[in-house]
Amino acid sequence: MYAFEFEKPTSLSEAVTALQTEEALPLGGGQTLIPSLKQRLAAPSKLVSLRGVDEIRGICRDDAGRICIGGGTTHAEVAAGVPEYPALAALAANIGDPAVRNRGTIGGSLANNDPSACYPAAALASGATIVTNTREIAADDYFEGMFMTALEEGEIITEVRFPVPEVAHYEKFEQPASRFALVGVFVAKFADGVRVAVTGASEEGVFRWSEAEAALASNFSPDAVQGLSVPAEGMIGDLHGSPEYRAHLVGVMTRRAVAAAR
Amino acid sequence: MTKVSMTVNGEAAEGEAEGRTLLVEFLREELGLTGTHVGCDTSQCGACVVHVDGKAVKACTIFALEAEGAEVRTIEGMANPDGSLTVVQQAFQDHHGLQCGFCTPGMVMSAAALLEENPRPSEAEIRDYLEGNICRCTGYHNIVKAVLAASGQDADRIAAE
Amino acid sequence: MPKDHGIGAASKRREDVRFLTGTGNYTDDINLPRQLYVHFLRSDIAHGEIRHIDTSDAEGMPGVKRVFTGKDFEGVGGLPCGWQVTDKHGQPMQEPAHPVIAQGKVRHVGEILAAVVADSRERARDAAEAIEFDIAELPAVVDMKAALADDAPKVHDDLDGNLCYDWGFVEENRAKVDAAIREAAHVTTLELVNNRLVANPMEPRVAVGDYSRADDQSTLYTTSQNPHVIRLLMGAFVLGIPEHKLRVVAPDVGGGFGSKIFHYAEEAFCTFAARQLGRPVKWTSTRSEAFMSDAHGRDHVTKIELALDAENNFTAIRTETHANMGAYLSTFAPSVPTWLHGTLMAGNYRTPNIYVNVKAVFTNTVPVDAYRGAGRPEATFQLERVIDKAARELGVDPIALRRQNFVTEFPYATPVAVEYDTGDYNATMDKLEEIADIEGFEARRRESEAKGKLRGLGVNAYIEACGIAPSNLVGQLGARAGLYDAATVRVNATGSISVMVGAHSHGQGHETSFPQVISEMLGIGEDQVEIVHGDTSKIPFGMGTYGSRSLAVCGSAMVRATEKVVAKAKKIAAHLLEAAEADIELRDGKFTVAGTDKEVAWGDVTLAAYVPHNYPLEDIEPGLEETAFYDPANFTYPAGAYACEVEVDPETGKVTIERFAAADDFGNVINPMIVDGQVHGGIAQGIGQALLENCAYDETGQLVSASYMDYAMPRADDVPFYAVDHSCQTPCTHNPLGVKGCGEAGAIGSPPTIVNAVIDALHSGGHKVGHIDMPLTPARVWAAMQD
Repeated sequence: MYAFEFEKPTSLSEAVTALQTEEALPLGGGQTLIPSLKQRLAAPSKLVSLRGVDEIRGICRDDAGRICIGGGTTHAEVAAGVPEYPALAALAANIGDPAVRNRGTIGGSLANNDPSACYPAAALASGATIVTNTREIAADDYFEGMFMTALEEGEIITEVRFPVPEVAHYEKFEQPASRFALVGVFVAKFADGVRVAVTGASEEGVFRWSEAEAALASNFSPDAVQGLSVPAEGMIGDLHGSPEYRAHLVGVMTRRAVAAAR
Repeated sequence: MTKVSMTVNGEAAEGEAEGRTLLVEFLREELGLTGTHVGCDTSQCGACVVHVDGKAVKACTIFALEAEGAEVRTIEGMANPDGSLTVVQQAFQDHHGLQCGFCTPGMVMSAAALLEENPRPSEAEIRDYLEGNICRCTGYHNIVKAVLAASGQDADRIAAE
Repeated sequence: MPKDHGIGAASKRREDVRFLTGTGNYTDDINLPRQLYVHFLRSDIAHGEIRHIDTSDAEGMPGVKRVFTGKDFEGVGGLPCGWQVTDKHGQPMQEPAHPVIAQGKVRHVGEILAAVVADSRERARDAAEAIEFDIAELPAVVDMKAALADDAPKVHDDLDGNLCYDWGFVEENRAKVDAAIREAAHVTTLELVNNRLVANPMEPRVAVGDYSRADDQSTLYTTSQNPHVIRLLMGAFVLGIPEHKLRVVAPDVGGGFGSKIFHYAEEAFCTFAARQLGRPVKWTSTRSEAFMSDAHGRDHVTKIELALDAENNFTAIRTETHANMGAYLSTFAPSVPTWLHGTLMAGNYRTPNIYVNVKAVFTNTVPVDAYRGAGRPEATFQLERVIDKAARELGVDPIALRRQNFVTEFPYATPVAVEYDTGDYNATMDKLEEIADIEGFEARRRESEAKGKLRGLGVNAYIEACGIAPSNLVGQLGARAGLYDAATVRVNATGSISVMVGAHSHGQGHETSFPQVISEMLGIGEDQVEIVHGDTSKIPFGMGTYGSRSLAVCGSAMVRATEKVVAKAKKIAAHLLEAAEADIELRDGKFTVAGTDKEVAWGDVTLAAYVPHNYPLEDIEPGLEETAFYDPANFTYPAGAYACEVEVDPETGKVTIERFAAADDFGNVINPMIVDGQVHGGIAQGIGQALLENCAYDETGQLVSASYMDYAMPRADDVPFYAVDHSCQTPCTHNPLGVKGCGEAGAIGSPPTIVNAVIDALHSGGHKVGHIDMPLTPARVWAAMQD
């Protein structure tokens, strides 16, 4: 690792100020950032740990019935803390491994927007709102491609607000080595429609599969998406699967997610 | 260098760390607690698992300065006060749940964390929980048996089914 | 009643206590006063000409003591190769120089370009980034067949092409084999890849070099399976340090699986730099470095043909294999595809005509050498896959086809130069059918089908050769070392025993199992015996632990030394008991005079040896310590039969292992608990090879699977409980313990079993798939189902 300063503020405003230093980076759970620092893939002047900022941790409900999860909330805390949204709890309970889940945070995951991460699929399929220290961003406007988001430099995810669907499920097919999603599909059925978000598959990062959404809106059953497929073009191809394989898995995982939704 | 202090295995521990000093480096190099091992650099193998404030974490993926003021428990702090092995440790020996011993500290720390959360895990729950601890020697058979046994279950019978 | 101590007892491992309490002593736990750290700058291109390296900026960086480049090693020897193979024309293999630090060219990603020694790890790495270098990239050769084309880029400019050797075995068989294949009623042909693997012991390699000017002593602490071999190779061939001035210590070693046999550049560097700088120099490999600097394993591409007569008797086997050597010859690399592979091509079967051809090829990849099984898994895989394919083509039961062709009479001389001393392959197959519940398979298949899954059963047999020997034979085959082992049994005055052994446990539990043997022989408690290993300054000599040799070879040396101890102790006892030596018996820790009630305790005899007041000084010397070197008469031949049941998800191609059973014949067993554990671990590595692990390069020589993010290691939820059995025991006929070795069997027997099972599952779903190359990832299995 390159040398850097370390700061651990205890309030959001201190954290925001600390991040104004040139080349400063926020440190959430560090489960992705620290390994990339070890490879010297980043050279921050300063890391600002958000771990001490209590105001961005924890889970509550707003008046609209949304689940509001602080950006600094760990995967383990989400897994245990959202019983009314079992699909989201199950997703959180299957990210990485227990030790990773005890450190990694929802804000960190969404800010990083790894194309194979699970949370982006949940946020996009739920129509979540990403709240930062300066604004609210709809999930549909937040994800801008692999490792790219609408976040400005120094902007911190303080909260993520999840509307709770009638039924939902996340089906993940794991890449055998990293255990990230080779393809993960989150299906959420709301009173006014169905949202289907796909992670792991596309070179553009997480995306909504609108054809499937339309088909499921009128008939929420695996049969409704049986004949549908996404084009292989634009899918990731690597050691673990060709674009064709990933495109195929999108269909399989979608059907399975619909079948398992509750 | 910054001064950092924490409680390690019930005793106050103090030392110096840079921002980039990992907790595992602090434990091994500053405190001389070499029981916690490093087996990879991508946060996957779990040889470095310790407990921080009662939770299993990978000591290679947390900075020493993040553990300021924390309660840290390492493999060196796992035995009973009289030095005898605890139930989990003893089960690993009884069931030959270790060979080269390198992954063992992390494996024991994860197993102990599991049993804290789930005192009677099924075989599948054990295998799932240990997903982040890689062992190259045992093929996991005897590790899973050891955890079953440590939770008071009939490991031999379950393994034979 | 199971025994509670001695041979055959499941004694709990004494080494566990330190490993379970964090008090083991691994090489990285060693830190010496005034220690410096080295960071190796490694090539990130596969093939290039080094035009220029400028270290001046780096040398001025904070904390930097010195920067070394290839120039500093111009007068230093290269890393030696320990085995010279002679090709089919009688010519020696091509053997390139193997520098400690690259000179003139880099030949694989990960090769050391420069070494920065500084007062901290991070500062050394900071400075390495300040080294300026200019490397003109050359086209890389990665594919073996492409590497042999006339116009292929040459890995080594001074060699004649990229062919290391073209080996024919047995060359005299060739015409007969060709004729038998021409005349066969049926010939089954299979082309397959034995995938490149990375051994991945959980402890990465570490080296700490130290030097004492006062007595001109060098010490190397290293993660080695065989410290004496390192001392010999590094001292004699690389650095020119005589043995008495060089100590090599391998303390607790966190797994090896072959990868810690070899002498590596980093070991030589740390020893060399410590002398140059007069301070200890330490290197700790990261896992990322390990992927590009530990020797890799396997990487064979093979075409095999199996000929059968009209009654389905095997009549001939012909194979053609390309074996990847990587960019340089690692320590024992040339022996793996030849003497450890060709000699096993008969498997468990009576096949009168066998011919094996192996072309070893240089490529711009990390050197390849022995990995758990080393050559034997490659032989078993192709043979057991082609037999399975033949059974399917002929419509016969795969178990029956195997049984029909099993060797049943021993000793059996194969057409590939080895003689199996003993075995009972039908017995292990019988046992397998029982523990795998083969009868119940069809019912389980129906259950799987009801869940929408395809279920398959795979079965195979295997044989391996362990304890490679004898030395005079292996010398003729090209080994540049002997393959004996040594032990010193030092009986202390109070009767406790220290045994200095040349084997070096890195997970095998020698500290527990070796005392079981001595306890059995002397009738004293296992806790009275301590094993000392891993330090050249304490042990007479030793060739180390690999090839499932420790008990068969070093254990035999220990038995011989103990027999000498007993012989001498009997003389002392005879004197003390005033009886004839011939009448003295040793039982339960007491010497008795046959037919009388006169006795003297073990401890009284040992005390007399060191306090020789009442002692036959005119006949024997005081003291009680004996050394034996043991050079085996033959290999040992463990064998067995394995079965696996898989489920395949027809929609995703994902394979899950539902059941796995192994019936092995290891001869006599000292500690069944440890033997079970060895088999479990081997099976998991075989599952890894069959389903998960793939060390992949792209066409430019970049390592694609360079971390655990892309190299899939078997994890707890990838594997089931295994049913293992080793109750079929045909003792080895030529070593005193009747043991054969068990460390590699699991990794040898399991890959073909699993692939056979997957192919069977796919056929049950109507997919007429002939073969899928390992690893059988979901993507590959799915793709095979689309064809």
